[in-house]
Amino acid sequence: MGDILNVSGLVTQLRNGARIVDDISFSIKAGETYALLGESGCGKSMTALSLLRLLPDGVVRTSGKAQLDGVDMFDLHEREMRAVRGGTAAMIFQEPGLSLNPVMTVGAQIAEVLELHQGMRGALVRQRSVELLGKVGIPDAARRVTEYPLQLSGGMKQRVMIAMALAGQPKLLIADEPTTALDVTTQAQVLQLLRDTQSANGMSLLLITHDLGVVAEMAHQVGVMYAGQIVEQASRTQLLARPLHPYTQKLIAALPDQRRRNQPLAAIPGSVPPLGSVMQGCRFAARCDQAWSLCSEKMPDWAILDNGQGVRCHLYQDRGTLTGEKVNALKGQDDATSDSTPHRESIILQVSDLRVHFPIRTGILQRVVGQVKAVDGVSLDIPQGRTLALVGESGCGKTTLGKALLQLIPPTAGHVQFSGHELIGLAGGELRTKRAAMQMVFQDPYASLNPKMRVAEILEEGMTALNIERDSAARQAHIDTLLDQVGLAHSFKWRYPHEFSGGQRQRIAIARALAVSPQLLICDEPTSALDVSVQAQILNLLKSLQEKLNLSYLFITHNLAVVEYLAHEVCVMYLGRIVERGTAAEVLGMPRHPYTQALLSAVPRIAGQGVERIRLEGDLPSPANPPQGCHFAPRCAHTKDICRAGYPPATKLSSTHIVHCYLYGEG
Amino acid sequence: MSFMPVILWSDALVFLLLLSGIACAWYVRRHEHLLLPWRRVAQSATAMVSLLVLSLFLLAGLLDTLHYQVALPEKNGGETVYSPEVLSVFDKLLTPLRTHTEKTYSAPLAVTLYTKESISDVHGNVLREYPRLRYGGAQLADIQQQGNDVLRRGLSGALAGLAAGLLIALGARRRLAKRGWPLRALLIATLLISAIIGMFIDLATSYHVLGTDKVGQDVLYLSLKSIRTGLIIGTVTTLVTLPLALLLGIAAGYFRGWIDDVIQYIYTVLSSIPSVLLIAAAVLMMQVTIDTHPQWFNNSASRADLRLVFLCLILGVTSWTGLCRLLRGETLKLREMEYIQAAQSFGVSSLRILTRHIMPNVMHIVLISLVMDFSALVLAEAVLSYVGVGVDPSMISFGTMINAARLEMGREPMVWWALASAFGFMLVLVLAANLFADAVRDAFDPRLNRTEVAA
Repeated sequence: MGDILNVSGLVTQLRNGARIVDDISFSIKAGETYALLGESGCGKSMTALSLLRLLPDGVVRTSGKAQLDGVDMFDLHEREMRAVRGGTAAMIFQEPGLSLNPVMTVGAQIAEVLELHQGMRGALVRQRSVELLGKVGIPDAARRVTEYPLQLSGGMKQRVMIAMALAGQPKLLIADEPTTALDVTTQAQVLQLLRDTQSANGMSLLLITHDLGVVAEMAHQVGVMYAGQIVEQASRTQLLARPLHPYTQKLIAALPDQRRRNQPLAAIPGSVPPLGSVMQGCRFAARCDQAWSLCSEKMPDWAILDNGQGVRCHLYQDRGTLTGEKVNALKGQDDATSDSTPHRESIILQVSDLRVHFPIRTGILQRVVGQVKAVDGVSLDIPQGRTLALVGESGCGKTTLGKALLQLIPPTAGHVQFSGHELIGLAGGELRTKRAAMQMVFQDPYASLNPKMRVAEILEEGMTALNIERDSAARQAHIDTLLDQVGLAHSFKWRYPHEFSGGQRQRIAIARALAVSPQLLICDEPTSALDVSVQAQILNLLKSLQEKLNLSYLFITHNLAVVEYLAHEVCVMYLGRIVERGTAAEVLGMPRHPYTQALLSAVPRIAGQGVERIRLEGDLPSPANPPQGCHFAPRCAHTKDICRAGYPPATKLSSTHIVHCYLYGEG
Repeated sequence: MSFMPVILWSDALVFLLLLSGIACAWYVRRHEHLLLPWRRVAQSATAMVSLLVLSLFLLAGLLDTLHYQVALPEKNGGETVYSPEVLSVFDKLLTPLRTHTEKTYSAPLAVTLYTKESISDVHGNVLREYPRLRYGGAQLADIQQQGNDVLRRGLSGALAGLAAGLLIALGARRRLAKRGWPLRALLIATLLISAIIGMFIDLATSYHVLGTDKVGQDVLYLSLKSIRTGLIIGTVTTLVTLPLALLLGIAAGYFRGWIDDVIQYIYTVLSSIPSVLLIAAAVLMMQVTIDTHPQWFNNSASRADLRLVFLCLILGVTSWTGLCRLLRGETLKLREMEYIQAAQSFGVSSLRILTRHIMPNVMHIVLISLVMDFSALVLAEAVLSYVGVGVDPSMISFGTMINAARLEMGREPMVWWALASAFGFMLVLVLAANLFADAVRDAFDPRLNRTEVAA
């Protein structure tokens, strides 16, 4: 089959001349998936927008050719181009919530595409819209057509976006991070849907992603982008088996994984150079540990090896000779070493039957008509110096739980005992001192630092509030130690947060928490806003801090790979309750609860080909109106009658492994 | 002593503002990181030029704030008696403008009145003619020479002004260059402004540069005197508005619950009462109080002044709701930010969170809306004067000027200069304030000002 899209020498520049997409060439065969892989700020989205000629103001495509289905897109008149967009080539975006118009019904938005690109009218449009929604797996499509986007969940919205894209019967679908904003189980659904439609329609897919797991699952061909250039291009199997470019090698090695538990991750120092900075030589040279003088002087040429794998690196300039020691950082990994014997340390945090309910009020008199049971009877213990991971999809109440532990949200009932003191019911100064040794690290490093305060002031705040180091010189010395601990230079003290990259900001946030010498850190998705290479830096930092300071972590996350790497114990949360808990090896190695099993199998993995998937149907039910009996019953493959009757009691599988499921009960 | 300083209520407030301004500046000067954004302001050409213009206005306003009474020549039993007329230093400087009043309207730079009058000549014949002005162009023997004379005086004045401007520029150049201030923009602005001032001074000695009003007062004098009234209404009202809006707004947004309810009810009620009505009621009540207590005042100026201060208070009380609502909304957004939650988990007190975290992050809104309000307030004063509840009729303000000129817009030939002058002066003042505030906001936004590129 021929190429559906052929891009050669594409250059896109900022007005000031900086090349943010620099000489990109690739082609996509009909019915194939080409993945553009790279961290944020590498120019992936700009490449896609250049192709569709949708570049924002101040960014212009200056040279290059792009042939879509034999037509040169850059020669088309803007009017003809409009027929291409949504017609021959459709695009879906990262944030489904933002790409649907909230004041138009779903049907009207699909109809728009149909009328424009298919010339359909009247009843035919409606019929086709329902058909399309059914095709993307939306149940009860006839009713859903008349609904507004806010009535749909995130996964449904992304399905609607796909239905809209399919409405024009495109030959090429450009998907810009289509699953990044979705949960793992929903992500698995959407990826499966993309694969299905691709095989049904013979459509080509240009997939833009930063997630190697998604690439491993979806792509036929992969282009790795770094700072505006494609640094490596190969088929998926080639790339994963033998990554050539040091960046690709590092990217793969930086993924957290169970096998790497007892060793630091191969973090890439620094971060992606900002778009638009003018660069000389190889763009990765500053972060590359195999760089030599030539790398910073001369930009490496594009070299194609004998096996068809292309790479832009000085290591391979002498065509085709692959020397063993240069490649594959993946080899030589230790096998999973079993966890060291369970610590018998003192329990630092003991939570029993914690509940956080939010009343739903309506009417003028604010009558309470129901309760949103965000956290509904959670019990857990965290020993000193250990990491407990709290895993669950968004909306299951894990963040609420974290905040309720700190008493930032007042719990409705239950007990929180922190190093022997009951926190619930305390107020004012007493709460302040008792809680001091428990601190939180937040998800978004851009929102968690006050933009108007300098780093030193940020670090000082907790000390002032808790009266630590009253003497100003001692305080400054303490700040210096903190900066040392998180690996930042002392000179950063007097700068404002916006001058730092995401990873550096997260380090500052960690330092802020450390300032009051806590024993327990509640980390709420601390790496989910960061790139893979930076995530590895932060995980390494957290791990070394735990060893040095004997810290305990409550690690709230949806990223199972991180859990595998970091956690000693795991709690899986579903709809406000913990459904399974145990040591990391038990829960992740032998998941018992059907939900845990589904969650684990939904994670896209590099080496996970051929693993049978458990597909979860539907979405997380509303915590205001949980299903009768076992909360998971409506989505579970093993539902029995008893499951709908009552919530399953805890079943002890071993001294540490507990599961709430009738499958393992006495009956 | 031949004069006695008088401190009116508004003077006291202005001095208070001035003192706190100087104290702030002194504090900032001693703290390097606070000084840094101001350095950036100083490097912006727009900011410095508008500051230059603004400081001229401020200078006029301040000079107009130094009030005194002149001692009368006759003594009352050995005790010095002072004139009931309260003058300011600015009045003293503008004595020729103040005292050279004509009979009625005259156009800018005119030598005759604007209307024909019946004049009897030496032979007793009654003629309908434009009579010569008492002061404007009085030195000319022939009306025909007016064009040449104006040109000559204008040019010589501009040249003198230019020369003075050059001297100032040369004197200040070294110091400016050393600090990296925008030299060329400031130089051009200084020369331009000094040339214009020189031209005005030279012309004003023998003409009414901006014409005269109905009772023959020089419009240039009126405009210059209005500056102080405008500045006081703009700043003193802000002094009332700001604490109310800022404290109530962020408290409502941050605490939520019943505090939010109470504050919201207050400002909803307040903003649903037509503000003109409220102001009219308050001002009329005060007027009655003033009229029934003449013993409180020993001169008319202090009466007019008290009315001005009271007007500021009342304007402040009615105009804080908009900013308050804006700040409440912004605070609602900010309180969900994670850095606020981080502070809460340290146990930082609410007051400290409000002042350290929320206040600095809403300051850009405050700054912009205050400057916007400034022009609205000056205009509100004009509207209120029209209704009859504005400043005292004896007090010169842009509002009274516009109000007086309003009726004359309809007549033929039109009297346009009073309105045009008020408009021009207000435009320059408000524009300069806006541009300056804009530059200040930009300089204080850390996102726009990276000190260095992050490593």
